[in-house]
Amino acid sequence: MEIAASLGRFTLNRLQILGRSGIFLFTSIFQAFSLPLRIKRLVKEIEFIGSKSFLIVFVTALFTGMVLGIQGYYSLSQFGADAALGIMVSLSIIRELGPVLCALMVTGRAGSAITAEIGIMKITDQFPALEMMAIDPLKYVISPKIFAGILSLPLLTAFFDLVGIAGGYLVGVKLLGVSEGAYLGKMVTAVTFTDIYGGILKSLCFGLLITWISSFMGFTAEPTTEGVSRATTNAVVLTSLSILIVDYILTSLLL
Amino acid sequence: MIKVENLVKRYGNVTASNHLNCHFKKGKITVILGGSGSGKSTLLRQITGLEKPDSGAVYFEGMDLTSLGKKKLYKLRKKMGMLFQGSALFNYLNIFENIAFPLREHTKIADNIIKTIVTMKLEMVGLRGTEDLMPSQLSGGMMKRVGLARAIVMDPKIIFYDEPTSGLDPISTGVIGKLIKDFNQALNITSVVVSHDIESSFKIADNIIILFYGDIIAEGTVEEIRNSDDLRVKQFINGEPEGPIPFTRTDKNYLDEILFD
Repeated sequence: MEIAASLGRFTLNRLQILGRSGIFLFTSIFQAFSLPLRIKRLVKEIEFIGSKSFLIVFVTALFTGMVLGIQGYYSLSQFGADAALGIMVSLSIIRELGPVLCALMVTGRAGSAITAEIGIMKITDQFPALEMMAIDPLKYVISPKIFAGILSLPLLTAFFDLVGIAGGYLVGVKLLGVSEGAYLGKMVTAVTFTDIYGGILKSLCFGLLITWISSFMGFTAEPTTEGVSRATTNAVVLTSLSILIVDYILTSLLL
Repeated sequence: MIKVENLVKRYGNVTASNHLNCHFKKGKITVILGGSGSGKSTLLRQITGLEKPDSGAVYFEGMDLTSLGKKKLYKLRKKMGMLFQGSALFNYLNIFENIAFPLREHTKIADNIIKTIVTMKLEMVGLRGTEDLMPSQLSGGMMKRVGLARAIVMDPKIIFYDEPTSGLDPISTGVIGKLIKDFNQALNITSVVVSHDIESSFKIADNIIILFYGDIIAEGTVEEIRNSDDLRVKQFINGEPEGPIPFTRTDKNYLDEILFD
């Protein structure tokens, strides 16, 4: 009896949180379209989530591409197919590694910062302060972050793809001697629009996930120092796991 | 100005507002006094519309705040100012932008006029020259004064102060008290102050309301409160540890609990 009751309570609790986070998301998205539009706030958030992530995405993409170049060359040359290196590198990056790794890096860099920032705003009463100044906190603080995530991630992912493929090129062609024509030429014929579209779709979803979960965790954090630090950890863990799970679901749906 | 009728608010088993009725008069300074957990902050949150009561009504200029939609509530809020306990300044904006924030959001006033208004408000709180500093560079007392400048920048009809003097040194406490009085007299702003600081409250208050675990146990002018016969009021204003307000919170017998457990 005890176990059933506590299981029920646990489930109801989780469902309630899920419901609340859903309302939180829909209100934030809905509010974004009410006047006045917050273009300046949006640009500022894009700068924070997007532009400032360029360096970290660049380094991640470059080394991922270079490693793929070495590993791909090693496996493919075992059966003399090293000319297909370009296809392997580009497809794995465009379809999978680009969106996922990019999202994970942005989670670590920007997601945690979003949770901490919102949590601290909560501790210091800045949300009721906005309310008292007749400004909707969701519209002012949260909506721009969510839209900045949705807009930034696909662009960062495109950048990741480009740098990653270049990294593979550096190692494969310049270092290991795969023919340049094979690397680039086969890539052009093998990569279809569906591959690119799938990758971009994934990154859109991840962008939403990152800003949604991080904002919600910050917004519902217990208003203490431990509360905010716990929320920040939870946000990063939960976002990273959700990215991997949603990635599987999307991949299986898209194939 | 504000009339509270039969306000009830419960959190689980705790009754924070127990059928409260009170009146905040226009142009006066009303101080809500009470110990921690007496429900004074909850009352303030309800009369500002930040929190909805379980039942009862709050009339602001004749309109019931508790039943208003967001749009109308926001319209009313433009006539209100509030100073938060921790000042609630935006930490990513400098002092100038913090004070200019409501003007930029709600009006189309030109930049040079905003600059004049902000300078005037800063002069009123004695902090001209701090425009370019960030909130983290100020002391607690100075942050409160910036918060105050921001609260009056839209020329509100009423200002709410949440524990304006808690955590401040005696001089800053005096400065804030003087500013509350000044704004009330010079600008004719109605003021509602939530506090547990007896001394500074008595200095500025026109009316005092004392809350005790969700009930109003006394209401009146400073003189009336000072001369009150209520033992709980006497204990509170004299700060005595022993009296009708219990030191321990549990009803369980102490001996029973330590001997037979």
